[in-house]
Amino acid sequence: MSENRHQALGLTDEDVLNMYETMLLARKVDERMWKLNRAGKIPFVISCQGQEAAQVGAAYALNREKDVVAPYYRDIGVVLTFGMTAQDLMLSGFAKAEDPNSGGRQMPGHFGSKALRILTQSSPVTTQVAHAVGAALAGRLKGEEMVTFTTFGEGSSNQGDFHESANFAGVHKLPVIFMCENNQYAISVPVQKQLACERVSDRAIGYGMFGETVDGNDPLAVYAAIKKARERAIRGEGPSLIETISYRLTPHSSDDDDRSYRAADEVEEAKKRDGVFTFASYLESVGVLTEGKSSEIVERCEKCVDEATEYAEAAPYAEPESALHYVYEE
Amino acid sequence: MPVRSYIEAVTLALHEEMQRDDKIFILGEDVGVRGGVFRATTGLYEKFGEARVIDTPLTESAIAGVGIGAAMYGMRPVAEMQFADFILPAVNQIVSEAAKIRYRSNNDWTVPITIRAPYGGGVHGALYHSQSIEAIFASQPGLKIVMPSTPYDVKGLLKAAIRSDDPVLFFEHKRAYRLIKGEVPDEDYTVPIGKAEVKREGEDVTVMTYGLAVHFALQAAEKLAEEGISAHILDLRTVYPLDKEAIIEAAAKTGKVLLVTEDNKEGGIIGEVAAIIAEHCFFDLDAPIQRLAGPDIPAMPYAPPLEKFFMINPEKVEHAMRELAEF
Repeated sequence: MSENRHQALGLTDEDVLNMYETMLLARKVDERMWKLNRAGKIPFVISCQGQEAAQVGAAYALNREKDVVAPYYRDIGVVLTFGMTAQDLMLSGFAKAEDPNSGGRQMPGHFGSKALRILTQSSPVTTQVAHAVGAALAGRLKGEEMVTFTTFGEGSSNQGDFHESANFAGVHKLPVIFMCENNQYAISVPVQKQLACERVSDRAIGYGMFGETVDGNDPLAVYAAIKKARERAIRGEGPSLIETISYRLTPHSSDDDDRSYRAADEVEEAKKRDGVFTFASYLESVGVLTEGKSSEIVERCEKCVDEATEYAEAAPYAEPESALHYVYEE
Repeated sequence: MPVRSYIEAVTLALHEEMQRDDKIFILGEDVGVRGGVFRATTGLYEKFGEARVIDTPLTESAIAGVGIGAAMYGMRPVAEMQFADFILPAVNQIVSEAAKIRYRSNNDWTVPITIRAPYGGGVHGALYHSQSIEAIFASQPGLKIVMPSTPYDVKGLLKAAIRSDDPVLFFEHKRAYRLIKGEVPDEDYTVPIGKAEVKREGEDVTVMTYGLAVHFALQAAEKLAEEGISAHILDLRTVYPLDKEAIIEAAAKTGKVLLVTEDNKEGGIIGEVAAIIAEHCFFDLDAPIQRLAGPDIPAMPYAPPLEKFFMINPEKVEHAMRELAEF
């Protein structure tokens, strides 16, 4: 038996099995979206594949009743952890009226749900980072014990809104966790052409905040980093910048072809470190994930995705004229 | 009724609203200890404290974006852009985010933010402290743009903006701040957003404008009255979305329409007003729609004779009104 790392973090066997199941469900939802796209049933997919460990590990370290998240477009793992369902995601994929994110108005990957404390997202990158800072400021003004959590890619960490927002949060010591999901590529441009510093987390010092880089394929490492960041924020010690290193296993989106800018063996090599599989191996090695348990989880996820797909495909679109609604308060 | 300056009406509205609702807070550059570079937030820091009157870093996009985030999470921020010219770094937050959040979330999330900014020329502000920037935002459904002309309207409209559950851009003419005075009641009242107002009734020629130019038109109308020319003056007050009914009614009233702005002539608010009139009032018009505006050059130059050349003034308005009346 290997060393039990999750108990040391205060996580039960049930917790880590839930985390694993959420990661696997995120992967299965994503894989199904690609199939539906290639079959011509949905127009667009943008993937979480390769980042589920970071997403689920981080979201599990938050308080889902008190905290607010401002995720970016790959964060299926974050929103599933915060209560969104596979059916919700499929309704979004099919752009149906019942999609809780936008009623089919936005592309998939543009998450949002007031009930689930997920701020609504757009496509211009890092605008949500400022919103997370604003929600943290609002939380402080209202006297709530909460943090906000926002994510973005390493390419996006060059945007002005990231820097303006990080500085704002640093100056005002706001309870914000900035998490950069460094997946090595911003569409086709590799990280070496995005950053002049070695790590995104090196930027933390410029904003007077704690910075740390962790293995994004290891949900327990990410959980530990975010948990500590949350504790610092609650203690009034201000924001943190956590960078998770993983690898984008799919092309940027369903409209991209990554063979034009990266070698197939590079992707194959990265798959060996895929968090969904390495975490399963860990859980097996500590005797938590038995063979029986594993097939039970896989079956449950697959059934869930099947049912979600069937439901969403059959669900109605919004009425065309409904496009005129909700420009202003009605 | 007390007489107050335009900027005093801004401060009064902010003060009364902050006292009424503790969800309202102010954020911007120099708005706290200094009370704003124009002193619009004077006394508020002392009264409400640094938690509710926040001096931000020099970051316009974050001022808008942080405000938007706070608004989504239940607050009613009033953000100040120090000069309207400097709002451009925040355009992505205002146009991609504030304007679209209700729509894109299918009415789930809302952004009750007010963004105030002093605009306009005639103060030796040169290219980057004189601009009218309303046209940039005037084709963005989801936003409302308010540009008041009188202290009375400033107080009522700013209160309405702060209470609105949608994002409002509130542009204050910086030359009007201390130049324009008027009666402002101590009582709580609002002026509805989206409603133009007839500021003078007349029969011969209609002038439609907003902001400081309303006063230029009123002064010109006084002079023309001595010559027997009667001017009807409509203050648009909200430049987006426009009050179509009031525009159509005012155009039909005299059949001769002069549209005035100190913005460039091309692509501005008054072009849209002209389109509304052209669509709806063809058979009511007795003369071509006329536009008086700044020249189509990038912005207002610094040298006084050049600035004067760019700016509209009562004489230019009077001249344009007389020509139209005589058409």
